[in-house]
Amino acid sequence: MVAGVGYGLATHDSVPPADPAHTFVVLDDEGRAIVAAIAPIMLAGALPDDAPAHDAAVVQVVAGFDTAVAALPLAVQDEVRQLFSLLGFPLTRALAAGVTTSWSSASADQIAGFLRRWQFSSNALLRSGYQALHQLILASWYANPLSWRRIGYPGPPAVK
Amino acid sequence: MMIPDPIAAGLAAGWKTLDGARIDDDVHLDCDVVIVGTGAGGGTAAEVLSGAGLRVVMVEEGPLRSSRDFHMLESQAYPQLYQESAGRKTKDKAINILQGRCVGGSTTVNWTTSFRTPPATLAYWQKHFGLADYSVDALAPWFAAMEKRLHIHRWEKPPNENNAVLRRGAEKLGIATEVIHRNVDGCWNLGYCGMGCPTNAKQSMLVTTIPAALERDATLVSGARAERFLLSGDKVTGLECTALDALGVAARPYKVTVTARHYIASAGAIGSPALLLRSGVPDPNGTLGKRTFLHPVCVSGATMPHAVDGFSGAPQSIYSDHFLETQPIDGPIGFKLEVPPLHPVLAATTLCGFGDRHAEEMKDLPVTQVVIALMRDGFTEQSVGGAVELRNDGTPVLDYPITPYVWDGLRRGLDVMAQIQFAAGATAVLPVHEDAAAYSSLAQAQAAIATLPMESLRMRVVSAHVMGGCAMGADEKTSVVRPDGRHHHLENLSVFDGSVFPTSLGANPQLSIYGITARNASRLAKELAARPGAAASAPP
Repeated sequence: MVAGVGYGLATHDSVPPADPAHTFVVLDDEGRAIVAAIAPIMLAGALPDDAPAHDAAVVQVVAGFDTAVAALPLAVQDEVRQLFSLLGFPLTRALAAGVTTSWSSASADQIAGFLRRWQFSSNALLRSGYQALHQLILASWYANPLSWRRIGYPGPPAVK
Repeated sequence: MMIPDPIAAGLAAGWKTLDGARIDDDVHLDCDVVIVGTGAGGGTAAEVLSGAGLRVVMVEEGPLRSSRDFHMLESQAYPQLYQESAGRKTKDKAINILQGRCVGGSTTVNWTTSFRTPPATLAYWQKHFGLADYSVDALAPWFAAMEKRLHIHRWEKPPNENNAVLRRGAEKLGIATEVIHRNVDGCWNLGYCGMGCPTNAKQSMLVTTIPAALERDATLVSGARAERFLLSGDKVTGLECTALDALGVAARPYKVTVTARHYIASAGAIGSPALLLRSGVPDPNGTLGKRTFLHPVCVSGATMPHAVDGFSGAPQSIYSDHFLETQPIDGPIGFKLEVPPLHPVLAATTLCGFGDRHAEEMKDLPVTQVVIALMRDGFTEQSVGGAVELRNDGTPVLDYPITPYVWDGLRRGLDVMAQIQFAAGATAVLPVHEDAAAYSSLAQAQAAIATLPMESLRMRVVSAHVMGGCAMGADEKTSVVRPDGRHHHLENLSVFDGSVFPTSLGANPQLSIYGITARNASRLAKELAARPGAAASAPP
């Protein structure tokens, strides 16, 4: 079986650190590794420079991503799971995403290349996959008050 | 200072409400009229019908939330108050749709912009859909009554800078603008209408018609998804609903069933056609769920040499109908110009690209100005809109192919918006498109816009106005309901919401829904209250 071969050759992703306050509903270990790998590239220039703060922010983005998907209709959650199966299964990760190592060991250039290929793909399905990652990762970060100071957003005014 | 919360007060005083997330058994209710949906249509109908002495049950898929819950946070508002966390997509994912899902529907989260149905739209309906009674003069009293009820008036404060840029730029080019009318009373001018009004100044259904109905002993069921009408012959005999979990995502093992003399679908232009499709209502001409319109929107960002702070102040106060009024309604697609509020999540997910470039654009948020162009779809054979379909699990999805006719308008919209923004002093303009960059001169921007590929999922297209799918009309071959909202084939079913519009409007829809629902619900109330079995208490 092709699937068995693919898995046999895979370098397994290491499980990223998780937000201890978050119980994951949709993302499994592999899904968390994928978001934790892509988010720093999607959010390059937007996350804190300081390494511990940067890594802590990524942990929160992964948790926020899961929270956002869990609030979507079950049919849409299934579509997100399909996207993550495609990205997570080593053979399709290599063929469709062009990422030949595990996500946690992929270089920034590899991941940025993947995002650009999908962003401008002639295949509308891949473009929609890019847009899904774009929307969920950016929403997860910019919903977080930690992101606001950098963009000059004062947060909501006090009314009560 | 503590803001009074009329919903909290009503609940404490004993309003009849039921939350699907909290019931622990099946529930059956009986009434004169059950209304599915509590947005502009359902809320208005509930007030009119309860006012006629009829026993009303309202069923809402979303949760009951009120000002004490509205903290002006996108992280809370989008998952709690919007369909699909404000990320509802068309079938091919090319268009993101903002639509409310909470008690009050989209009126709880809209930006308060209020227009009567434009005269050119009504004339088109009269000519093409047999809506003889839908003249400007005949509808005027209904619009006036709802304007009074919801405190709709010309916004009296100066526009925020985001809106002011649209006005200044347009006027320099000789493009007329006007001040928007808003349904607010004592507005604090905060700018967070889209996250639920924290001060109850917005006169949404949540704080007006729904409390009025509840004061008259109506029942409100929230957190319950209307699955189907039960049919027997030419009558509806019941409504079946499923209780939902607290997130409003998964079904709980409890049913809410409602029997009534009359049934009303007010679930919006995606929800109502979907409910009728799931119910298997007669559809001999295949019109149900068809001709669904979106006012597809394109977006233009500008960098200004001064603060804009588009997250602050009334989100929409200036508009231009120049590109609707200077060309025939059935010619090349026309568009309305408005601006959106600029909060971090909405801005970040709308802007294209990623990494450093996106981060730089976000860093400019306080000096960013945005104009949107809303396409008036549905008035020619090249713009027949979309179709509501059901997924395997019965949930709806809208298939809306963007036709070349619509793409043409989206491109022209980008061009016009760039002209306006540079005329107002922008130092750069960014058409929101994956292939575009920030252009520092009008010539550069226009050259780029002329060649940007008008392609799904490259050009950003969004919508906040869903209309059609249960079109009203005199001829059942081209419509779903009669001009009074009654179903062509089922005698005790009506549709009162934006789904009855046979085209888009060319204007933000809430006041059209209020006025037309008030008209049609009043006719229904008269008929039901006159029939045997009506509640004893007559309307005043």
